[in-house]
Amino acid sequence: MKVLVAVKRVVDYNVKVRPKADGSDVDTANVKMSINPFCEIAVEEAVRLKEKGVVSEIVAVSMGPKQCQEQIRTALALGADRGIQVETDAELQPLAVAKCLKALVEKEEPQLVILGKQSIDGDNNQTGQMLAALTGMGQGTFASEVNVEEGAVKVTREIDGGLQTVELTLPAVVTTDLRLNEPRYASLPNIMKAKKKPLDVTNPEELGVDIAPRTKTLKVEPPAERQAGIKVADVAELVEKLKSEAKVI
Amino acid sequence: MSILVIAEHDNAELKGATLNTIAAAKAIGGDIDVLVAGNNCAAVGEAAAKVEGVAKVLVADNAAYEHQLAENVAKLVADLGKNYSHVLAPATTTGKNMLPRAAALLDVQPISDIIAVESADTFKRPIYAGNVIATVQSSDAIKVASVRATAFDPVSAEGGSASVESVDIVDDAAVSKFVGEELAESDRPELTAARVVISGGRGMQNGDNFELLYKVADKLGAAVGASRAAVDAGFVPNDMQVGQTGKIVAPDLYIAVGISGAIQHLAGMKDSKVIVAINKDEEAPIFSVADYGLVADLFDAVPELETKL
Repeated sequence: MKVLVAVKRVVDYNVKVRPKADGSDVDTANVKMSINPFCEIAVEEAVRLKEKGVVSEIVAVSMGPKQCQEQIRTALALGADRGIQVETDAELQPLAVAKCLKALVEKEEPQLVILGKQSIDGDNNQTGQMLAALTGMGQGTFASEVNVEEGAVKVTREIDGGLQTVELTLPAVVTTDLRLNEPRYASLPNIMKAKKKPLDVTNPEELGVDIAPRTKTLKVEPPAERQAGIKVADVAELVEKLKSEAKVI
Repeated sequence: MSILVIAEHDNAELKGATLNTIAAAKAIGGDIDVLVAGNNCAAVGEAAAKVEGVAKVLVADNAAYEHQLAENVAKLVADLGKNYSHVLAPATTTGKNMLPRAAALLDVQPISDIIAVESADTFKRPIYAGNVIATVQSSDAIKVASVRATAFDPVSAEGGSASVESVDIVDDAAVSKFVGEELAESDRPELTAARVVISGGRGMQNGDNFELLYKVADKLGAAVGASRAAVDAGFVPNDMQVGQTGKIVAPDLYIAVGISGAIQHLAGMKDSKVIVAINKDEEAPIFSVADYGLVADLFDAVPELETKL
């Protein structure tokens, strides 16, 4: 079966981002960009399913300006078979991404779509659920285990109180949580090979998707800074301060 | 304006996060209705009717909604939500699973994890793991938002007298099935609802040493959490993780033990009222957010703390 994996280009997780001085947006000039960590886990899961013989083809999709081809190439180096870029320089909000993915799902007819549960820039945690809604597919979000069976997929999900397992009819959408797997590193030969794998480019207009933003960011600002407090000398002083000063115990 | 709040519950009890979400609805202003979708959940409906400020409770009681399967509940929420100006749900794993699906069915771009209401269409929300706060305005006809419970003080669970109506709509998408769940059993309070939280990090060295924290927790009536490092090392199960990708907590007192204070952890606890850090590394970043820092070996300090409480 075929799997579609969505990957997003985001500010690298090691970079501490800051708002621009005018508060209009986050300052991403000259900042290292990478594949979103949750998307990397999605690619890894697809590759493992292929290694198990469950999956025959992995298609990696990314959306955005030309540079997001780098993240598609990363996915190809990790083991995806071909790539599709939906090219646009415009801002893409999760609903628009879900609509573009829906158009690609109709064209490619994958049995499984695997996405990261959220991207570490917008922290929205929406796209997988919205793609599932628009295509009528079942959704296994925040997955910590994925087992494909005949015509169905069992997904163990990380929920607030522990774990929940659901069974979804295929085709289905899965979004990855942190502990689903540990992504491998791409080997140099695979990075070289990835450069020769096919990568098609389309755009939202060709897919017939209206990507007009529905929300507007009016301002970005740093969070209220927390002031460092005092150092206490010993446990006795700590307990005393908590009782008489902070009055929390 | 009219606001539909989706109740968080387990078919028996109304969960506290619902009260924080109703507080966010009050900040927007307008009539507040609460939807209880579940199975044999009449008691939850009655509890919701008593909540301060609720006008009407809608109870959709059907086997299709028993396990909060997003495929079924989202359809119901979209069916009902089109008659409202706002649809809100707590930003719990249940809410985060269901709400975007409902929003897509309404052709709405939802707003996740709001921490403040600026006006009926403008909200604040954290991005980049809480390193940046964005003010976001929605142009959709219906505003759909998930609410970070710790950012809003809960409304009172008593004092209301809402009417209760049953909803007959049965949405069963028949593409998903509940198989089972493993829920952590504990006599201690829930992490996100506890007044005191004590968390351990990699410095705990192994899962057995968490026993030290449990002893302190039992004296304080506290919940026990962990950093991602401790969870990834296998010391404790992942539902104990506090942080950007785990639970967001904001208790009156947060005690971080053997936690260095990675950004990802701070994102989950820095809104706590009082923060205590116990760490033997005096350069640990956790001290930069702690009200009271104790530079000490946790294996000496924690047992001593227990005896002094």
